[in-house]
Amino acid sequence: MDKRMTVDEAVAEVSDGMTIGIGGWGSRRKPMAFVRALVRKGVRDLTVVSYGGPDIGILCATGQLKKAVYGFVSLDSIPLEPHFRKARQNGALEAIELDEGMFLLGLRAAAQRLPFLPTRAGLGSDVLKINPHLKTVKSPYDDGEELVAVPALNVDVAFIHMNRADASGNGQALGRDPYFDNLFCMAAKKAYMSCEKIVSTDALVSGGPLQSLLINRMMVSGVVEAPGGAHFTECPPDYPRDEKLQREYAATAKDEEAWNAFRAKYLDVTEADYQHAVSK
Amino acid sequence: MNSDDVTRADVCVLAIAECFRNDGEIMVSAMGTSPSLGARLAKSTFEPDLLMTDGFNLLLRKALPFGVEPSDRDVEGWMPFGAVFDTLWWGRRHVMMGASQIDQFGNQNIACIGRWEKPKAQLLGVRGAPGNTINHVTSYWVPNHNARALVAKVDMVSGVGYDRAAGLGPKGSRFHEIRRVVSNLGVFDFNTPDHSMRLVSLHPGVELQQVIDNTGFELVLPDRLDTTPVPTPEQISVLRELDPQGYAQKEVVV
Repeated sequence: MDKRMTVDEAVAEVSDGMTIGIGGWGSRRKPMAFVRALVRKGVRDLTVVSYGGPDIGILCATGQLKKAVYGFVSLDSIPLEPHFRKARQNGALEAIELDEGMFLLGLRAAAQRLPFLPTRAGLGSDVLKINPHLKTVKSPYDDGEELVAVPALNVDVAFIHMNRADASGNGQALGRDPYFDNLFCMAAKKAYMSCEKIVSTDALVSGGPLQSLLINRMMVSGVVEAPGGAHFTECPPDYPRDEKLQREYAATAKDEEAWNAFRAKYLDVTEADYQHAVSK
Repeated sequence: MNSDDVTRADVCVLAIAECFRNDGEIMVSAMGTSPSLGARLAKSTFEPDLLMTDGFNLLLRKALPFGVEPSDRDVEGWMPFGAVFDTLWWGRRHVMMGASQIDQFGNQNIACIGRWEKPKAQLLGVRGAPGNTINHVTSYWVPNHNARALVAKVDMVSGVGYDRAAGLGPKGSRFHEIRRVVSNLGVFDFNTPDHSMRLVSLHPGVELQQVIDNTGFELVLPDRLDTTPVPTPEQISVLRELDPQGYAQKEVVV
């Protein structure tokens, strides 16, 4: 099946109040073309589940984010995400803050259609205090150990970005870390994948080791060719992070006017215009 | 800088390296400049079996100087985030993290300052601190030892301390160990009957009163006060090779 579509067609699946899963990690291989499309569409009251970076920051800055589910939110080379910080410090954002490993188990539980997965992570920490919905579970075996039952992180729609894909939705991560994009797809009712380049299945298979074929076509409902679709986050080996634009983005958290200018130039424009603006 | 000028930063980095002594064949994850340099010093000298990454996902055969990109010949394995979680849950890991706040039982906070619901300052979030501390050995690095960092009570427990771990009972706490805290003033551990923080040694040039004045809780003082060892000329030459730009020198408040 040919699943090719545009970013805007994919984002049409998102409506107000939905829970969105966003792949990548921090400021690394984030599906930014989808994030920009979410901004253009203007959907509101979103919950985002993410190893957070500028995806969460941008949706905080545009006021579209109601709630964030995260272990951290970071721009990597800028450790603290300034737009996310601002939203948290203004009390403008609901939050579920988890240990990074708990977050992974929540994704896995959702992908496996389980209510929860057990772990030691979180025990003794204030993660249990700030998340009163989290419960512990006692091992039914002789050890009787008390563990945290991390609830499934089910999402309505997931967005991921890969280096290569074919038209039917097989996807390839050519960088050194696959992150957890496959789990985001499996935790979602529907998942959409953008990629740097759509190639033939032959070219996909010969384009990297088999282990790089992280996404299979069962996992996604749509494929978008979006060159530069992770920009300004990194997407190795295709491109590094655009540190200059990231710094410009980060600096706008201090200055309403600068943010409005950034938004007008880079967000309230088509994806093609964005790519044109950053190519200069 | 002459190679024979030993600085406070050098003393700190050696004290950090000593945290990893006898760790053997486990993975070290050292967050930040001085921890990373200390781990590299340990691997380059007395603890060669340690596994260390390039800070991302490549396991490296030997410690490289800051700023040197690993070549294929430097790589011995692969450690993407998925494998990091498996390794830390397996327990074969010693992490050294920073601490925006740490209390007398080693509860650490990197999440936020103030009330979590509406923090005065949102920091990193808990990241991996809860899972790290309950699953394997942890040490901490505090480059600016003061009473705002070493506090009676942290605003949010990210890394689990000994009192919290004890509350979980012997099963829940059996993999919990906070090995040491290294600050710009001294070295500290928790080898006391109730696992409250104890001064182990003062760095050369630091007065006991300075540590007491800059700590927001009552430290346990040792019977005999030691001075933190100073790196040997051989260790200093390794340090200068690993950190030619002197990044660690800029991190430490003297």
